[in-house]
Amino acid sequence: MTNVNYFKDQFSALQTSDPNELLTGIRKENFDTFSRSGLPTLRQEEWKYTNISSLFDKDYEFAADQEISPYLLSSLEEIRINGHQNANELVFLNGRYSPSLSAVRSPESQLVVLPLEEAIDSKYKALVAMHLGQSSSYIKDGIHALNTSFIHGGLFLYIPKGQQLLHPVYIYHLSDAGQQHTLSQPRSLIYVEAQAKFQLAETYKTLGTCESFTNEVMEIVVEADAFVEYYKIQNDGPNAHQTNTTHIRQMEKSHVHTVVLSLNGGMVRNNLNLVMDARGNETHLYGLSLLRGKTHVDNHTMIDNKMPDCYSNQLYKSVADDASTSIFSGRIIVQPDAQKTNAYQSSKNILLSEQASINAKPQLEIFADDVKCSHGCTVGQLDEEALYYLRARGIPKEKAEVLLLHAFAADIVDQIKLEPLQKYTEKLIYEHLTVS
Amino acid sequence: MLSIKNIHANVEGKEILKGINLEIKPGEVHAIMGPNGSGKSTLASVLAGREEYEVTEGEVLFSGKDLLELSIEDRAREGLFLAFQYPVEIPGVSTTNFIKAAVNEKRKYQGLEPLDAVSFLKMMKEKMAMVEIGQSLLSRSINEGFSGGEKKRNEIFQMAMLEPKLAILDETDSGLDIDALRIVANGINKLRTPDRSILLITHYQRLLDYIQPDYVHVLYKGRIVKSGTKELALELEEKGYDFITESIDQSANV
Ligand SMILES: Nc1ncnc2c1ncn2[C@@H]1O[C@H](COP(=O)(O)OP(=O)(O)OP(=O)(O)O)[C@@H](O)[C@H]1O
Ligand SMILES: [Mg+2]
Repeated sequence: MTNVNYFKDQFSALQTSDPNELLTGIRKENFDTFSRSGLPTLRQEEWKYTNISSLFDKDYEFAADQEISPYLLSSLEEIRINGHQNANELVFLNGRYSPSLSAVRSPESQLVVLPLEEAIDSKYKALVAMHLGQSSSYIKDGIHALNTSFIHGGLFLYIPKGQQLLHPVYIYHLSDAGQQHTLSQPRSLIYVEAQAKFQLAETYKTLGTCESFTNEVMEIVVEADAFVEYYKIQNDGPNAHQTNTTHIRQMEKSHVHTVVLSLNGGMVRNNLNLVMDARGNETHLYGLSLLRGKTHVDNHTMIDNKMPDCYSNQLYKSVADDASTSIFSGRIIVQPDAQKTNAYQSSKNILLSEQASINAKPQLEIFADDVKCSHGCTVGQLDEEALYYLRARGIPKEKAEVLLLHAFAADIVDQIKLEPLQKYTEKLIYEHLTVS
Repeated sequence: MLSIKNIHANVEGKEILKGINLEIKPGEVHAIMGPNGSGKSTLASVLAGREEYEVTEGEVLFSGKDLLELSIEDRAREGLFLAFQYPVEIPGVSTTNFIKAAVNEKRKYQGLEPLDAVSFLKMMKEKMAMVEIGQSLLSRSINEGFSGGEKKRNEIFQMAMLEPKLAILDETDSGLDIDALRIVANGINKLRTPDRSILLITHYQRLLDYIQPDYVHVLYKGRIVKSGTKELALELEEKGYDFITESIDQSANV
């Protein structure tokens, strides 16, 4: 990477302009890590297949603060998830939370939405201090440290105890790469109190034709008996690259359900970490990548079972066409205390082209004896028998293939429990598959 | 309607069909019988266009067109229908959507507008009654978890919906209980018209009691070794294949 000096200057400037005591400390520590380790390279085991440092042959810069223009508003309109009138719609512009573009529709008794800096100056200070930056102890690489070095303009969400939030939170990330190669680094901390229920979806859009790199970190704490659904929809341009970490800490008997859907994009790396910090949790992780062109999507999941009696199930599916690349790496750790862990993992893939590639790798690290763990991985083609059957009824080959791809995707789409979002993604997938 | 001339076909380098000749005129019902492994399903697959089967010699005309030049889907849209011996299960694809797509693809091929939802539903209802199949099966994924008999009934339902010129029914009777056999056979009979031809592949006389064939052929080791009228089937039922195959095997050994 070429512009170390740029980041140094920006770092010093930020430390001066936003001298928040808590943040300056976290930033400093992480900027040291970043300076020491630089960006991940293929030599690092966890980054073996995803060469993000190659993207940084271009000089990425942070975007300056921007006026809200009709252009921005109409771009926002393009990725809005319709069908849920009272959804809370939060917008990040170039990696910074924008209260003025956002619409919080739930009352404060159900949902607290604050800029991260304001949260630090409020009664939530202790919570933020305790939980912000927890992901750094799991992911120590330079790109994660780069996000943390520049925490500024972040978002804090708090769901009070027992609140069954009726209306979901949608987060839209807009990055403007109209004038320059833009680096956006969204940061958020979400605290879901005991017995609360919370549904969240995120999606991304890049404007303009320069390259955009989104480097996002989101930390979610799920307290006892709380329930969280988390959805990520990635359908951005080929110039839109992304590394993101979603770091979820589960307390006793909590329930987490996630779906990551990747369609179009450039080079994308998704880290999804689940830390079982108490017993009796239930976790369901689903992924679906339908890739073509040169899109590269690398899904890394990590479940750290530290305490007993946790159940987790993962199903990641992908289809790779053209010269696309799909990677799944699922790591399951079962610590000595985590007896009676049940952890299942399965990755199913379809390779449609000789230029495409698929890598799927389970990593089981089991240090307890009374556990049930399994993993499975398949890479195949579309079912020839099924294709023949459909064609023998007069359905042309290309359409028959699309039908089978929809069928392949269906059980993951079914896992999107938020109905308007499910409709939205069905439409995206339909358009995505019929364009080709 | 269908004219098969000296068809030879290989699968995985092995010759399975060794010179088949068969003429089917509009409205005729032909039955093909023959021991296991004689090549009956292979013949059906060659006609439907299955890609693993390589035709090395011969020609097939279907309504005057060179059938072997057509893609699988074009054969279907020209009006050829194969009811499979082992219908495949396709999880995730709804039977109704699939049949709608198939009906409309055929209409498109014929230069017709797609059916609107109301007309499609009306057609479905009518044909469902004809083959006595319930809505609950059709709202499930294609053949997924269907019993053997339900799968066969679904094949005949699709035949009813697609209104083919030529239907090849590969052991549609096997795996059916007595009532289901009667229902399926009645369905097929209702689909008989003066210009729709049917090629029945079967092991059992019982089906032919319901659907009276005009001709019966015996396929053995890749050739049609005997043809006759429906009385031939009765004779086979009584005597087995030996009385035909023995003389063939002997003459082959000479
Ligand atoms: N895909 C294939 N690969 C290898 N051999 C095949 C294949 N398909 C058919 N055969 C062989 O060709 C021969 C004829 O098979 P076919 O299925 O046509 O018989 P059939 O007359 O329909 O038998 P049945 O009455 O049991 O249905 C058999 O020996 C079979 O093993
Ligand atoms: Mg057969």
